[in-house]
Amino acid sequence: MNYEFDWSSIPGALPFLWEGMKVSLEITVTAVIVGIVWGTLLALMRLGTIKPLAWFAAGYVNLFRAIPLVMVLLWFFLIVPQLLKGFLNLDPNTDVRLTSAMVGFALFESAYYSEIIRAGIQSVPKGQVSAASALGMTYAQAMRLVVLPQAFRNMVPLLLTQAIVLFQDTSLVYVSALADFFGAAYKVGDRDGRLVELLLFAGAVYFVLCFSLSQVVRRLQKRMATV
Amino acid sequence: MITIDKVSKHYGSFQVLTDCSTRVAKGEVVVVCGPSGSGKSTLIKCVNGLEPFQSGTIHVDGISVGDPKTNLPKLRSRVGMVFQHFELFPHMSITENLTIAQEKVLGRSKEEARAKGVGLLDRVGLKAHADKFPGQLSGGQQQRVAIARALSMDPICMLFDEPTSALDPEMINEVLDVMVELAQEGMTMMCVTHEMGFARKVANRVIFMDRGRIVEDDTKEAFFANPRSERAQQFLAKILQH
Repeated sequence: MNYEFDWSSIPGALPFLWEGMKVSLEITVTAVIVGIVWGTLLALMRLGTIKPLAWFAAGYVNLFRAIPLVMVLLWFFLIVPQLLKGFLNLDPNTDVRLTSAMVGFALFESAYYSEIIRAGIQSVPKGQVSAASALGMTYAQAMRLVVLPQAFRNMVPLLLTQAIVLFQDTSLVYVSALADFFGAAYKVGDRDGRLVELLLFAGAVYFVLCFSLSQVVRRLQKRMATV
Repeated sequence: MITIDKVSKHYGSFQVLTDCSTRVAKGEVVVVCGPSGSGKSTLIKCVNGLEPFQSGTIHVDGISVGDPKTNLPKLRSRVGMVFQHFELFPHMSITENLTIAQEKVLGRSKEEARAKGVGLLDRVGLKAHADKFPGQLSGGQQQRVAIARALSMDPICMLFDEPTSALDPEMINEVLDVMVELAQEGMTMMCVTHEMGFARKVANRVIFMDRGRIVEDDTKEAFFANPRSERAQQFLAKILQH
């Protein structure tokens, strides 16, 4: 079997692929930011003394961690667009797939981020909270000024690693036919009958991006270990 | 200043404190000693409400610590505390360690807090280290910063929880010197410590605890000359042997 590689359809498709990359990055960045903020709140609820909030956070985290991401995404593609259109009286033709993808990813990733952040908070010695309290700080001040800054510093490598995984997972939005980077590459390959080349190219791009980022993480870890 | 009345505390079925009562008058220095696990640290942490207790009352400057209506953060901001493991904030410079609570809790201006902090740092002999981070200082230096941090809040009294027991022997004296000076200036102090030299030098009274009870509460002269309980006699004999 002699397969003739033909890469000629790639250069012309670069602008379209870049549009797809922008979608992937947009989803990643949104999910990371919302995931960290909402994940921090979930972690604080889970560690706090208010029982109903702790139960809610535990339930939320366990629920999302026990469901495949692709199913969460599908639900959000099927349900959220209907809700949004109903609530906001949108034109039925408005494309809310990107929004629903962002919401789906953000809510899903929050569960994972909250576990990372919970471990980070617990890694800060209890004496730090005692010292902050002894100085008259409220619980909220002790968390904000003393515990969280230390917790986040310890967590940076883990948070970045999770972001890399998340970036790869954005390719799952293909289930909604949303043109992220992977979806765009697939479309071009399908159109030109050059699926093998396009998927190899897309894979190479994912590899270069994620591998270099994980190298950055490794360096960070080394530097933090020596401090 | 500090009144502890019939305080008891248990973790589940384990009794940590039983019927502890004592008083610390304004300007008085009281040393709390006893074998490990006797409840000394727990007792001193009850004084500013870091440890809750199930029965009895503690009043600091007339305010009930155990009362759920008491604004504990506000009360704690007036009671200085120094910990065994210093507990400086490692992500802040020494100056920030000294100013953060002044600014965020007392609402002092940046300049005012800084001036106060630098002044205290000078007093504990560490002015040159203002811009360093805690990890760059020795244990003794960190503990002196921790004392300065507590003093920066202008406390009405100071609690010390084994301030020298995590230190190398060479560094103990630099910390004790600061504490002696503080005592001689008339600060009200309650110190959990095994440093009997410190107790002899500045304490007005010594409290001896064993298995969660205060078994001895006497002037230092009476305590050292003639401890009444057998347990305290044994303890003193062991600790003063060398």
